[in-house]
Amino acid sequence: MYEILKREELNSSSTRFRFYAPYVAGKAQPGQFVILRVDENGERVPFTIAGYDREAGTVDVIVQIVGATTMKLNRLREGDRLASLTGPLGNPTRLDGLSKAAVVGGGLGCAIALPIAQELHRRGCCVHSVVGFRTKDLIILEKEFAEASDLLTVMTDDGSSGRGGLVTAGLEELILAGNTYDEVICIGPPLMMKFVCLLTKKYGIKTTVSMNSIMVDGTGMCGCCRLTVGGETKFACVDGPDFDGHLVDFDEAISRGNIYGEFERHAYDEACNLLKKEVE
Amino acid sequence: MADMNPVRTPMPSQDPDIRRRNFDEVTLGYTEEMAVAEAKRCLNCRHRPCTGGCPVGIRIPDFIAKVAEGEFEEAYHIIHEDSSLPAVCGRVCPQERQCEKYCVRGMKGDSVGIGRLERFVADWHVAHGSESVKKQPVNAHKVAVVGAGPSGLTCAGDLAKKGYDVTVFEALHVPGGVLVYGIPEFRLPKAIVAREVDTLRALGVRIETNVVVGRSITIDELLEEEGFEAVFIGTGAGLPSFMKIPGESLKGVFSANEFLTRVNLMKAYREDSDTPILRPSRVAVVGGGNVAMDAARSAMRLGAGRVTVLYRRGEEEMPARKEEIEHAKEEGVEFMFLTAPTQILGTEGNEDRSKNGFVRGVRCIRMELGESDASGRRRPKEIPGSEFELEADAVIMALGTSPNPLISRTTHDLETDRRGCIVADPETGETSRPGVFAGGDTVTGAATVILAMGAGKKAAAAIDRYITEGGKG
Repeated sequence: MYEILKREELNSSSTRFRFYAPYVAGKAQPGQFVILRVDENGERVPFTIAGYDREAGTVDVIVQIVGATTMKLNRLREGDRLASLTGPLGNPTRLDGLSKAAVVGGGLGCAIALPIAQELHRRGCCVHSVVGFRTKDLIILEKEFAEASDLLTVMTDDGSSGRGGLVTAGLEELILAGNTYDEVICIGPPLMMKFVCLLTKKYGIKTTVSMNSIMVDGTGMCGCCRLTVGGETKFACVDGPDFDGHLVDFDEAISRGNIYGEFERHAYDEACNLLKKEVE
Repeated sequence: MADMNPVRTPMPSQDPDIRRRNFDEVTLGYTEEMAVAEAKRCLNCRHRPCTGGCPVGIRIPDFIAKVAEGEFEEAYHIIHEDSSLPAVCGRVCPQERQCEKYCVRGMKGDSVGIGRLERFVADWHVAHGSESVKKQPVNAHKVAVVGAGPSGLTCAGDLAKKGYDVTVFEALHVPGGVLVYGIPEFRLPKAIVAREVDTLRALGVRIETNVVVGRSITIDELLEEEGFEAVFIGTGAGLPSFMKIPGESLKGVFSANEFLTRVNLMKAYREDSDTPILRPSRVAVVGGGNVAMDAARSAMRLGAGRVTVLYRRGEEEMPARKEEIEHAKEEGVEFMFLTAPTQILGTEGNEDRSKNGFVRGVRCIRMELGESDASGRRRPKEIPGSEFELEADAVIMALGTSPNPLISRTTHDLETDRRGCIVADPETGETSRPGVFAGGDTVTGAATVILAMGAGKKAAAAIDRYITEGGKG
């Protein structure tokens, strides 16, 4: 179980893993996530499912190297096994009844946005995708998005590829060009989702966001992933991870996201040092 | 003739000043001599009030008589007839409210230390006894158990002993349920739980971890597609409650579940664990049960300078085991009774915005006890104008838990009550759905390990009847 069947570096800081996990693959739907542990001392970390194959019993996860755990994970090779992989968790993204939708992805969030774009496309919905990255070298899944979209806008913060600017600019342009969307589905860093929601609120377009809160068990037991939605406390793991973006308290979610900032910086530095020593 | 010493044989334990900073077990257990001496205090009453106070009806005077004779292995077998986890229950049962409450010796002096003797016998068996676990020839009947906590493990063990082909599905990566994620190492060493689980495996029970029933697979599928003839649901009460007061989303406010899971299951107190944990210096714990005591004492062990338990009723009303309250006090945990938080205060205005939004204190109000409520307990009410602020950089909410709705939401025809508990017959565990049995906290709401075990036992017997009588038809 949990063997890495395929490992593919998408760019300098993102890697796609394909794990053997038949229980998860049998049930996975777009928008759901898994919780994995790299080794016996590993923390439980949630990753949104980036793809699955029911027949083969495999699940894909795309990992961006941001901390000690993701660095550890990134060092695993094909044939290696995880200590555990649990899922699928959370509720699937609701895609019923959409005839025209905008899928907005930011950075690694595109890994999660892609299966949603693909599923909508498969159901015959008109899909406009707006995907944003900091710079050209970080672009992932461009080809896959192009195939799943009726219209694809690639944005880079520095203008090194596609259009220069943020996804909000790309999305607003589409709206101003007269496109009317049943829904905007937006996945990315919380700050990006916050600004996309401010924009779509202005235009009165229903917007769903996927919240990647810190979790421990992922089954509703710890309450670590709680956030405020429309004045009520919700758990991202069991009530979400998708929520009405116009009701989410993003400032609180952003603040809660950095609770272990110091711990993580320390762990990351240690992991880097270990790696350096090994290389030497 | 019984030893008429009114005082119970003291339990050796780690010095409070040392143990408050380590996670090793607090109490060290009786020696053989101590156990025999304590056992001799038992009057072997003919009407056995202690057994009546035991939720699983252990033949207490009989096992104690064996201890007094030095026949420890025989004592173990007597306990094991009724309890499948004696090493656990000897440590975590609220004995002063069960068996020991009814002990005749308790009317004049200390009751017999039944829990301490149970623990001694279980530990002695592990150290000296011969493991007589024999894998039964498997019959052709498959039973699924959902949740590897006290009720599920008990049910699985009993069914395996009857020859059933049992698979336990556990959502977390380690079996044990609350015994591994909730109760801390210093109160219940995880090696003890692991040993009990190994015994089950030796009996032929399969344990599949990392399977979330309701998500990875449903009860309907277990019954209709996977060939299980019956399912036992023992998924506990894992959903934490919050107070719904301002400031609960601040960084540093934890449910006791989260705090304890990080510490116990994920071992965040150890250097080699990757799981982060805040190491607060001034901790407020809200609640008065065992979980509140566990959280307070864990916070102390993580290095906190001051830990204060806030409880809205008085010391007499605290639901925690007496021993835990005493241990917490010895370790320096402070108590503010008749006190309730009204707001949690956060840091703000720092130029470095990442330093904002952390807990800096708790606004509290004093309470007094008024009229008795439906449960017979006097209802606490606020004393106007008595608010005050308590400095804190972490607040742990230990307010009780309710059942996780994942299974009831994904299973057809499974009746639940308004608290979200699965409705089940207390004698058999039968639910509204034929072939589906349930027991433990998921039925009763948060209760004790021993009650959950009792429910698992009754359900195992009922499942056996259901299958042998061909209930499926």
